[in-house]
Amino acid sequence: MVDERISVFVIAEQSDGGIQAVSLQLIGKAHELADELDSKVGAILLGNKLSNVAQRLIEAGATQVFLGDADILAPYQAELYTEIIVKLVDEYRPEILLIGSTFMGRELAPLIAARLETGLTAHCIELEINPEGFLEQRIPAYGGMITIICPEKRPQMATVANGVFSNPLLDSSRTGEIISVDIPEDFPLRTLTLEIVKEEVSGISLESAPVIVAGGAGSGDQDGWQQIAELATILNAGFGSTRPAVDAGWAELETMIGQSGKMVNPELYVGIGISGELQHMVGIVGAKTMIAINNDTKAPIFEQVDYGIVEDCRVFVPALVKALKEKKPYLGRTTL
Amino acid sequence: MILNIIVCVKAVPDPRVADKLKIDPVTKSLPRLDIPLVINSLDSHALEAALQLKKKYETQITILCMGPPLAGNVVRECLALGADKGILLTDRAFAGADAFATAYTLAKAIEKNGPVDVVFCGMASSDGATEWVGPEIATFLGLPVVTMVREIVEDQGLDWIVNADFQGGYRKVKLKLPAVLTVTRKINQPKALSFSGIIKARSKEITEWNREKLDIPADRVGLKGSPTHVTDMTDLDSRREVEILEGSLQEKVERLVQILCDAGAV
Repeated sequence: MVDERISVFVIAEQSDGGIQAVSLQLIGKAHELADELDSKVGAILLGNKLSNVAQRLIEAGATQVFLGDADILAPYQAELYTEIIVKLVDEYRPEILLIGSTFMGRELAPLIAARLETGLTAHCIELEINPEGFLEQRIPAYGGMITIICPEKRPQMATVANGVFSNPLLDSSRTGEIISVDIPEDFPLRTLTLEIVKEEVSGISLESAPVIVAGGAGSGDQDGWQQIAELATILNAGFGSTRPAVDAGWAELETMIGQSGKMVNPELYVGIGISGELQHMVGIVGAKTMIAINNDTKAPIFEQVDYGIVEDCRVFVPALVKALKEKKPYLGRTTL
Repeated sequence: MILNIIVCVKAVPDPRVADKLKIDPVTKSLPRLDIPLVINSLDSHALEAALQLKKKYETQITILCMGPPLAGNVVRECLALGADKGILLTDRAFAGADAFATAYTLAKAIEKNGPVDVVFCGMASSDGATEWVGPEIATFLGLPVVTMVREIVEDQGLDWIVNADFQGGYRKVKLKLPAVLTVTRKINQPKALSFSGIIKARSKEITEWNREKLDIPADRVGLKGSPTHVTDMTDLDSRREVEILEGSLQEKVERLVQILCDAGAV
């Protein structure tokens, strides 16, 4: 018996003139999950000037797109978005609701979950339907992966970061339906987003850097951190961090690699003073070569890399920087 | 008019020792009792945000914390930093709560405590890395929320303007109090404890409430009140065949330079 219901929903998100990559990745994943449930995928997209982009969600695998296209929906307004999405979920009662771990998703997901009185798992790295039909949501924690289910409440909700699932093939032969959603009129907004202010990003983008140097708690102090920063500059590398380094105030949250930070995909990863906690390590997806420098022989990172150097990074990194400078004096310069 | 502020604070296992924390495969929960509890570092920024308002306006700051009796030390520390009173929600029945059940319990305590203008929370907890408690408290209280606030631009009266982290930059949000705000580290630099603060805190009051005091049904708190359950724990196989470089420091440096060249980084 085929359930023609749409049982997997994705909340898609508009970006400048398009759709966030994570939204398309989630539609791809939702399509796999829906196949197992003999069901279909619905996408919710709210914003303005969206008529050209809604089709992309169908090409990625959505059968129905619930489209709210109005000036009042851009920029993102938390209360209005929550109201519209909760109504849709109440009406269609999906089994699963997936949301990207974007700034919007991370605010919207708990607002929706609390209204629907259901569970929500943060920053999953694996999603799978188990034999009982429950969505198994996996997150790394405390030296392993833990599996979370939401057995009784519906929908089963999860957020997922950009890059965890691969980009789906867009297939223009796919067909689907675009359904206009009701936008409540004169909805009282107690929080009003006045504007989104763009900021220049400094440094090399971690998401696209072929080489990443990352530092952790073992860098010791601000001076040790600066040495690692210099190595990153010389190697023309993206400079990433771990949660302890962010907590210590050496690094900005935006540079944190891992489950609750950025997922990165470099050719080469150099982890310095990093113990190798899974929350960080799962953020490095498919690096060809991995190198670790740490003075603790027992650090778990030494089981997860190709080359290990057991040295105090505060001694080793300056020596490495010196050697690299001697070998290639022009390294790290952007102009010759 | 007095500004009533609640600061939600989580007592987390000290991250410096928490690396050693491993999930108990039998109980599927964390053995946390023998690890010292400290304030979740983002929550100290939430407290500092409240303390800065106290410099400008007549303000009553109440610390709200759910945790084991030992978490009382963390509440006491917040009082020493300048908060006026503390509420510790402690009951065996609260154990095993996920973000949903935690937020529900905290919301009930905020209601019981009386009128509130602003609820401050850190944007996430360091141990679970979930960010749901602030927005879920807001929902249960019927209040609006702004998450990841990095700056309070306008805080006079009931109409505030805040800047909050957002894709590619930040968003400027106008809001009407009462409201819940979750804060990032950018919002301020928390102050260190002072001796006089510690002395003053001795005479400040910490109220303890359990489930009965809060009048919440048993199936709405702790593990029973949590929609999500941990079902399993597995190893993640990310092992690689590792070569540990041997030799003197200089030999290791030279070898690594070669490896970096071979990998195309130099």
